[in-house]
Amino acid sequence: MALMIRNGRVCDPSQNLDAVLDVLVVDGRIAALGAALEEPPETDIVDATGLVVAPGFIDVHVHLREPGFTAKETIATGTRAAVAGGFTAVCCMANTAPVNDSPLVTRYILDRARETAACRVYPIGAVTKGLQGEALADIGGMAAAGAVALSDDGHGIANANLLRRALEYARDFGLPVVDHCENRDLAAGGIINEGVVSTWLGVRGLTRAAEEVDVARDVVLADLTGAHIHIAHLSTAGSLELVRRAQAEGLSVTCEVTPHHLALDESAVLKLGAVAKMNPPLRTPADVDALLEGVADGTVTCIATDHAPHTTLEKDQVLSHAPFGVVGLECAVSVVLDHLYWRHGLSLMRVIELFSTGPARAFNLPGGTLQIGRPADMTILDIHREVVVDVSRWASKARNCPFDGWRLKGAPVMTLVGGVRMTTETVLQTVREHKAEPNPEMVATGPQTG
Amino acid sequence: MKDFLDTSDLTPQLVTDLLDRAERFLPLTTIADQLGAPLRGKHLVTLFSEASTRTRTSFELAAKRLGMKVVNIVVGMSSLAKGETLRDTILTLDAMMPDVVVVRHAVAGVPHFMARFSKAHFINAGDGEHEHPTQALLDAFTLRRHFGRLEGLEVAILGDICHSRVARSNVRLLAMMGAHVRLGGPRTLRAPGIEHFANGWSGTVQVSASLREALTNADAVMVLRIQQERLDGAFFPSLGEYFAHFGLTSERLAWAKPNALVLHPGPINREVEIASEVADGAQSVIQKQVTHGVAVRMALLEWLVHQEATPREPALRQTHGQSESGHQNAPGGGTRAATTPTYAVSVTERGQPAHGL
Repeated sequence: MALMIRNGRVCDPSQNLDAVLDVLVVDGRIAALGAALEEPPETDIVDATGLVVAPGFIDVHVHLREPGFTAKETIATGTRAAVAGGFTAVCCMANTAPVNDSPLVTRYILDRARETAACRVYPIGAVTKGLQGEALADIGGMAAAGAVALSDDGHGIANANLLRRALEYARDFGLPVVDHCENRDLAAGGIINEGVVSTWLGVRGLTRAAEEVDVARDVVLADLTGAHIHIAHLSTAGSLELVRRAQAEGLSVTCEVTPHHLALDESAVLKLGAVAKMNPPLRTPADVDALLEGVADGTVTCIATDHAPHTTLEKDQVLSHAPFGVVGLECAVSVVLDHLYWRHGLSLMRVIELFSTGPARAFNLPGGTLQIGRPADMTILDIHREVVVDVSRWASKARNCPFDGWRLKGAPVMTLVGGVRMTTETVLQTVREHKAEPNPEMVATGPQTG
Repeated sequence: MKDFLDTSDLTPQLVTDLLDRAERFLPLTTIADQLGAPLRGKHLVTLFSEASTRTRTSFELAAKRLGMKVVNIVVGMSSLAKGETLRDTILTLDAMMPDVVVVRHAVAGVPHFMARFSKAHFINAGDGEHEHPTQALLDAFTLRRHFGRLEGLEVAILGDICHSRVARSNVRLLAMMGAHVRLGGPRTLRAPGIEHFANGWSGTVQVSASLREALTNADAVMVLRIQQERLDGAFFPSLGEYFAHFGLTSERLAWAKPNALVLHPGPINREVEIASEVADGAQSVIQKQVTHGVAVRMALLEWLVHQEATPREPALRQTHGQSESGHQNAPGGGTRAATTPTYAVSVTERGQPAHGL
């Protein structure tokens, strides 16, 4: 079975390629890349004229909520949201119930992914047992079971010595440590960014220092241990400057930013209330400007959504009572295309790098490239298409998105995982096939749909 | 206006109107007979989840003087612990069809949230560190009675600005009415960005470098209560040290204008934020404030219930702190002075959300 994607603008940062070409997919892998390719018999043809063909987008920061919080999201619904939003792979965070702090849970997630997922699922294991910040989780076991990184996301790691040991130990297994930088003492129960908006609303402020103190510490520990530390959802100008300096010194420090921290500032809370409440919080316009600069100059390694689903009832509460988090899988690409490409003039190649090559490199994941012979994970974009974000139509169970109602220019129009176009029908078919015949090769990489 | 929740929902015209109305209710002792119970047959429920004597009693007496029947509910924090959500609490209450509900809650935004689910008029009697709009109204009433105006007054507010809903409401209301507010107290208890509260209004808000600067030439001094129950962190070393360096003594009061007015929302901590000699002194109007509170709340209740002629707004409010009527003075929301940070990428710039497409 072959698939020909004709006449698309192929943009692949991994090969520094930006040209109108055909892409031939055979048996789920990229078989040929070139102008006016001849098609083998019985080839499906996709006319990509006017469209952009990119390596499959990878979101390294997603909360799929399964096991434990399936009223908010499941592996099935979260990955359907992912493919609808143009993502071919997601990394899922460990703050499930039970916490993914053992190979047992890692394997369970991968089993569930094989049975129900629409895209590749890469589990992230906890750094510490139960996310308690007291003792190391089964890092080696989880690595062997298929975890691709370690994170206590949702909590900062207060014990710097424990983090140091985690970095050293994780290095032996080749896993990056993804740190949610939040100093608990400085955070002091803060709800939204500390400043004029928190004062106006009379709620506790979360000072930028809570994040920056931990980023500074992490940079020192990256230097000490030589390990790779990845700063999750970096949100302030000060944090960015610390990462920039660390990178200039050659340290193995990478970072991600979210679409909401790039497109919104703290004033959004005045309009949206708890729907604009997440951790780290939306910051000041000056921070947003700094993040945009970091995205442009290469300091920011990747864009990740921090897709954090909650039920509508949970979110529709007083600001202080509502849980942190917003969902973004289904609009992130449009938000970034509209905001960064169209409004701020970021190059298309850089946008694609932030979503594909960047995360693949940072997390040592397969994918992020259209090289011949590699699995045909592809995201096809129509950068001119205008869309209106409508959460009521989403595949995700959650509706807590601050971009609802936004009119955006640029959208993913087709997502191919292992050469299969992920539509409602193929998702169902894929799931049926894998239930019938699990492929042992997929243990570490989730469902291979080719 | 269905509910009275935020000073930021008000306009100078409405404040003036409410203060004028409150004048009619003084003196309290004679007014009931003259009025003939204008709100007879109406029911007021007070729902307080925080300790309060004066505010709850003040509302109850104001309501009874207007002929209302009053039910008091003390919501222990335990009702949340028991698992009943705020939403369920208010749906239950609303089913009994009260006319007015007065809410105090330790968490900012709770009265606003509850009001969304109820047809009753809601009055915010203090939500967390956010707003206490009737206190600001009665303080403005007290100032206006004494000075004959609010515009141009120099008002010092001293103490725990950071945790004080009284400070926030007063700053908003006074700036709206053209007064000049100076804030004084220890640096640890400042509220970041509060100087922007005056943006778009004729008044000003200034964070003073020292207590002396805040007090110098002030027409009036508002002393805030040191809320020991909220000070869970290290904000100052001890109450004794606070008094020594930041308490309002007669010596420090002398920095203000002669005969400057001294206000305090109560309850007072003697020899903590205020010296007894000042609290009980000739310049203190602390007791008057309490009396005025009843008159102001009578005016508010009567106005709120009697504007029934205009149909009530549907429950649309999504988030507290968001101005739906009156002046859009929230930071990032409306008119802004040049000093405000520019929220260039705020959602407010985007087109109208297109729901239901």
